Amino acid sequence: MHLPDQIRFNWQIFIRHRVRTGLLLLAVGLGVASVILLTSLGEGARRYVDREFSALGNQLLIVLPGRKETTGGSPPIYGTAPRDLTLEDAQALSRIPSIKAVAPIIAGTVSVSVGSLSREVIVLGSTPEIFQVRQLEVAQGKILPDRTRTDAMAVCVLGSKLKQELFGHGRAIGEWVRAGDRRMRVIGVLVERGESLGLDLRDMIIVPVRTAEQMFNTPGLFRVLIELAGNADFSRTEAKIMEIIRERHEGDEDVTIISQDSMLAAFDNILTTLTLAIAAIAAISLVVAGILIMNLSLISVSQRKREIGLLKALGASSSQVRQLFLGESLMLVSMGSLAGVIFSWAVVMVVARLWPVFPLAAPWWSIPAAVGTALISGLVFSLLPARRAAALDPVLALRGEA
Amino acid sequence: MIELCDVNKTYQVGESPLRALRDVSLSVQKGEYLSVMGPSGSGKSTLLNMLGLLDRPDSGSYLLNGEKTETLPEEQRAKLRGEHIGFIFQSFHLINRLTTLENIELPMMLAGVALKARRKVAMAVLSQVGLADWAQHRPNQLSGGQLQRVAIARAIVMKPRILLADEPTGNLDQASGQEVIEVLENLNREGITLMIVTHDHNLGRRAKRQIRMVDGMIETDSSTEHAPARSDTL
Ligand SMILES: Nc1ncnc2c1ncn2[C@@H]1O[C@H](COP(=O)(O)OP(=O)(O)OP(=O)(O)O)[C@@H](O)[C@H]1O
Ligand SMILES: [Mg+2]
Repeated sequence: MHLPDQIRFNWQIFIRHRVRTGLLLLAVGLGVASVILLTSLGEGARRYVDREFSALGNQLLIVLPGRKETTGGSPPIYGTAPRDLTLEDAQALSRIPSIKAVAPIIAGTVSVSVGSLSREVIVLGSTPEIFQVRQLEVAQGKILPDRTRTDAMAVCVLGSKLKQELFGHGRAIGEWVRAGDRRMRVIGVLVERGESLGLDLRDMIIVPVRTAEQMFNTPGLFRVLIELAGNADFSRTEAKIMEIIRERHEGDEDVTIISQDSMLAAFDNILTTLTLAIAAIAAISLVVAGILIMNLSLISVSQRKREIGLLKALGASSSQVRQLFLGESLMLVSMGSLAGVIFSWAVVMVVARLWPVFPLAAPWWSIPAAVGTALISGLVFSLLPARRAAALDPVLALRGEA
Repeated sequence: MIELCDVNKTYQVGESPLRALRDVSLSVQKGEYLSVMGPSGSGKSTLLNMLGLLDRPDSGSYLLNGEKTETLPEEQRAKLRGEHIGFIFQSFHLINRLTTLENIELPMMLAGVALKARRKVAMAVLSQVGLADWAQHRPNQLSGGQLQRVAIARAIVMKPRILLADEPTGNLDQASGQEVIEVLENLNREGITLMIVTHDHNLGRRAKRQIRMVDGMIETDSSTEHAPARSDTL
């Protein structure tokens, strides 16, 4: 029996049993689509993180106050509260030759208002270096002036969305806003840009670090962002940073240094593992589809006993009958898989269009993995029905018995 | 062309064994026309299935065209069946989802004949049974007599040498039964070996050679009327 004949023969069966066929196609299609879509989600998350980190530039180090707990070592002798990381620490770090820029950050939330309009937003207290290190640009006005490195000044730069909400299309530069209990002059508005590392840069206010220090009444920095010089050696610079911190903190190394590479690698690992796990869970739906195929095929075999007997009487061998039934399942699974792939591809396209911030994308392996699992599951679960059909005694089968 | 020698077939029915065929020997020449009659349960269908390679003897031998069949693997028995034997059943056994033409093509499809060649042969055979205008109809649009003629067309489409018909007129009225028998007898006249199982004595008498079965044994065979029946020895 030739393949096109077998395909046509099975096709006629599908047309004859539309509901059954539709159900099976749906089961397989959903299984395949769920594998592809869920792995796309995982892959999207991975790419998102990837993109966010590389947007920072790869010459970045982040210094956090407090020791990373997992490193163990001797417990601190004096108390447990970590020493603050201060602006003076940051200034000391900026004297390391292989460091190009140091941006200290104090972060908090503050209510920003103009007249009766008021918004609760994140405030970043920093120096002009933040613009360089985080690659921020102003669309209007200026960035923080040099004097803000050392002095508190009543000036601020607004995120694009915040500006829009407070001033609409009107002019913001030179206007006054109230941030907490302080009045500040708007000197710049950031270029419109999406989220970065979970921080919505559009909905934010940047003020001089000394001003933030006064606002929150704390000398402790949230973190320090460090951009290295182009040819800097990472580990040597890290050692240097630790040396300076030790000097300034009475021998304690009570900060944590994170390099962008190490963070990226960690995230990458986590998200790839997660994606694989999700794929495995989604693949269960394909096994379920396989079991459905098996059940419906067993029913079909007993309904089509006479036909099977007839085929044998007309010269079909047992292996031909088996092949016919296996072929039927494989055809179903192939059509279902195709539908699932097309459907999930369409969903990925639509989501990418509607929500460009999140790079939803099917990882290269997900389509072969999903379709392969579907085919294997379909094949394995139709072995039993096919074998049963092949083993039917033609005489009994023709009588509808057996 | 058919050489059946001391064939036995026993079915296990519940506790007790049931001997459906007892030491049946039968020799059929090319082009013969046989009828098989006998009471219900006498083993007529079992004999026919045996000759059509649908069933295997428990003991005894069956030579088809000089080839020993009882030890052949299933694969080759299926091939022989497809090429040399045409079956006609009491209940037609046409596939409802297929058109008349597709039903007739089925044996050729299983044998791997290409579509174009198939269509041509199937159309020719359909004309031969007088149903050329019904090629695209489905079985549920045809009368019983027409259905059996389609089944005959399907049985002869591979140009088999033997046609085995198990009560081919059993589900038909007098007139369509007559039509079907004429088609079959015409085929026999053209050289095909024809064997009909029937309960209808008028029909049975038309055959040149008549076999009567009782209790799994051939009681009388018109070709060996005067030879001693084997059953005497049992
Ligand atoms: N697969 C089987 N399993 C058990 N018993 C069977 C089987 N096939 C046939 N028999 C028995 O063997 C005997 C002969 O059956 P067979 O069908 O050959 O009779 P028959 O002469 O064709 O009868 P009828 O005229 O009613 O068709 C019967 O008693 C039947 O019940
Ligand atoms: Mg019978």
